[in-house]
Amino acid sequence: MSKDAILGAIRRGLKRGPLPDDQKLALRARLEAHPRHLIPARAQLPRPEQVALFLRNVEKEFGTTARVANLSDVPAAVAEYLAANNLPSDFAIAPHPELESIDWASRPLLTLRPGRAQATDAVCLTHGYAAVAETGTLMLPASPHRPTTLNLLGDTAIVVLRASRIVGWMEAAWDLIRAENHDETTGGFMPRNIMWVTGPSRSADIESTLELGAHGPRRLHVVLVDDDPTAVA
Amino acid sequence: MLATSPAFKQNVKGALADAGLQKALAFTRPSFAGKRSAAVAGLPEFEQLRDVGRDIKNHVLANLDFYLETWAGNVEKAGGTVHWCSTADEARAAVLAICQKAGAKTVTKGKSMISEELGINDHLEKFGIEPVETDLGEYILQLRKEPPSHIIAPAFHLNREDWEESFRASHTDLDEERVFGERRDILTEARKKLREKFLAADVGITGANFLIAETGSSVIVTNEGNGDLTQTLPKVHIVLASIEKVVPTLEDACTFLRLLARSATGQDMSVYTTFSTGARRPGDLDGPEEYHVVVIDNGRSAMIGTEFQEMLRCIRCAACMNHCPVYFTVGGHSYGWVYPGPMGSVLTPSLIGVDKAGHLPNASTFCGKCESVCPVKIPLPKMMRHWREREFERHLTPQTMRTNLSIWAWFAKRPALYRLATRAAAWALGLMGRKKGRFHTLPFAGGWTDGRDLPAPEGETFFARYARQQRETQS
Repeated sequence: MSKDAILGAIRRGLKRGPLPDDQKLALRARLEAHPRHLIPARAQLPRPEQVALFLRNVEKEFGTTARVANLSDVPAAVAEYLAANNLPSDFAIAPHPELESIDWASRPLLTLRPGRAQATDAVCLTHGYAAVAETGTLMLPASPHRPTTLNLLGDTAIVVLRASRIVGWMEAAWDLIRAENHDETTGGFMPRNIMWVTGPSRSADIESTLELGAHGPRRLHVVLVDDDPTAVA
Repeated sequence: MLATSPAFKQNVKGALADAGLQKALAFTRPSFAGKRSAAVAGLPEFEQLRDVGRDIKNHVLANLDFYLETWAGNVEKAGGTVHWCSTADEARAAVLAICQKAGAKTVTKGKSMISEELGINDHLEKFGIEPVETDLGEYILQLRKEPPSHIIAPAFHLNREDWEESFRASHTDLDEERVFGERRDILTEARKKLREKFLAADVGITGANFLIAETGSSVIVTNEGNGDLTQTLPKVHIVLASIEKVVPTLEDACTFLRLLARSATGQDMSVYTTFSTGARRPGDLDGPEEYHVVVIDNGRSAMIGTEFQEMLRCIRCAACMNHCPVYFTVGGHSYGWVYPGPMGSVLTPSLIGVDKAGHLPNASTFCGKCESVCPVKIPLPKMMRHWREREFERHLTPQTMRTNLSIWAWFAKRPALYRLATRAAAWALGLMGRKKGRFHTLPFAGGWTDGRDLPAPEGETFFARYARQQRETQS
């Protein structure tokens, strides 16, 4: 069968048979240790500057940001953003406990529909699991509480993120997933899907010129909740 | 995909006379190089990261059997299925079987260069399944029945008029009054059309930038979001990946992510970098119910252990072609197969044979820019030279070239005679061209002077001048 043919051809090229057990052990040890390589200095900063770098990078990549003191301030910030951009006040929202704990009724004009996104949704709001200051990247792992379609189908994507979940570099975000996530189905830590999102969708396929909003959201708005006293300058 | 690489010289003639192509090339060239250099300047560690990337890939290639088996085991643990395919035929059959089992009528596709190798679209169509390219550039090419001309900007050779013309021809429901004055208008039309396709598709096919051994994940890197819609909405997700895409860990992948977008588009990070691991889990509200990876060799394992092994480090960023003076003169289609530019000139002969693709490694000025920008430091010029040697050894080079080379070699092996002959030639040419400083035509040198002038030598050979300067500095 082709598996054996491919592995056999690779081994012939490498002029050896299957790896001996001690070498396999060494490679398994490398997988288990998953060593970090060079991490750029740009994000190795004190907390307040790390958070500021994240926000700066989101904006550099054509995203927008708002910063609020508490989760209870989120409905007002979302309502203001939608009104300022002439967007509808009804939206799909991730059925995440943290978002469910918010008193959305404080803004009665907002209409929420918890669940996955539908093709007709103009605005989708999801929960930010973590974010990377180095590049202004949001980490959005799929789960029953965080459907993937919310990242993709709406014209506008809003992400609520706690400042304490901003890390400096990608490797630190992997550390969070490795430590916090356990999947019953696979026995591993990886959810079905993890999207790293850096700014709104774009394409330069037409005359090598950047246009926002190719197939995914045209707008990406991050509402940052300052839950981390060390992160406030 | 059918190769027109043997007709490289005719392809080039057509490309040089193609005003639209030349306009697009001239417009794009400075922007590609400029964006990369700005992004690299923003990351002081970039040079060190190139070394790290090279070393990780070398480690993987030395243990490729182990990492592929580990990766495949972890795909299965996550509920996915791996289909091992030695050849393009096997891979086409595997994809078709999955689609047929799913009862697929339409299949959406993210951008994937290996799918071009397989010619998967034609194959699916033959069996009554409609493939829809969803990357904006690939979509217009599918409408125009053209192959991509670049590995990350497949339709950059088209101008706005071409887009409008194709949309008016293919989107039959389009209002005649509809205005396409701006790029935005084109984008809006494509977005609307493709959104319907995304929602209707039964199967989604994507490529893979990386496979992660430790988790059994596949990774795609895109800017549009089309790849994510392709792999999220349909019932079945098929990943097409070649065997050299595997990296050991998520941390290893981080190094390549830092290199890839900067080298490709000059972004710090592409918009969507997505890790897929198996199918929908209990409780998930969306995502595919089946996850398949078709892992394809198609000639790559035969490169291992040869002087072309290092080519398998390639992460398909396109920096080499984006900086290549030949590519920006002849465009991507001239190369005649899936992969253009310097990486194509090395990879294509490996995959379809140097007898068909021998022109490609010869179409290089050996300026070395490709190697100097390669994020994993592939010695591309050296490998093109190896292909020229192999071509010569197999007597594939034309007789006149071989005769001339042996005449040159006869002189070169006799240094005194060589210097005498070159000195005489340089003196004579210098005298003849003294007035203008260049030649419009020259006997036996039509191959050069048809396209450009030959600068006249100043009358002295390099050897003579070097010896003279040495004497002068010593005295």
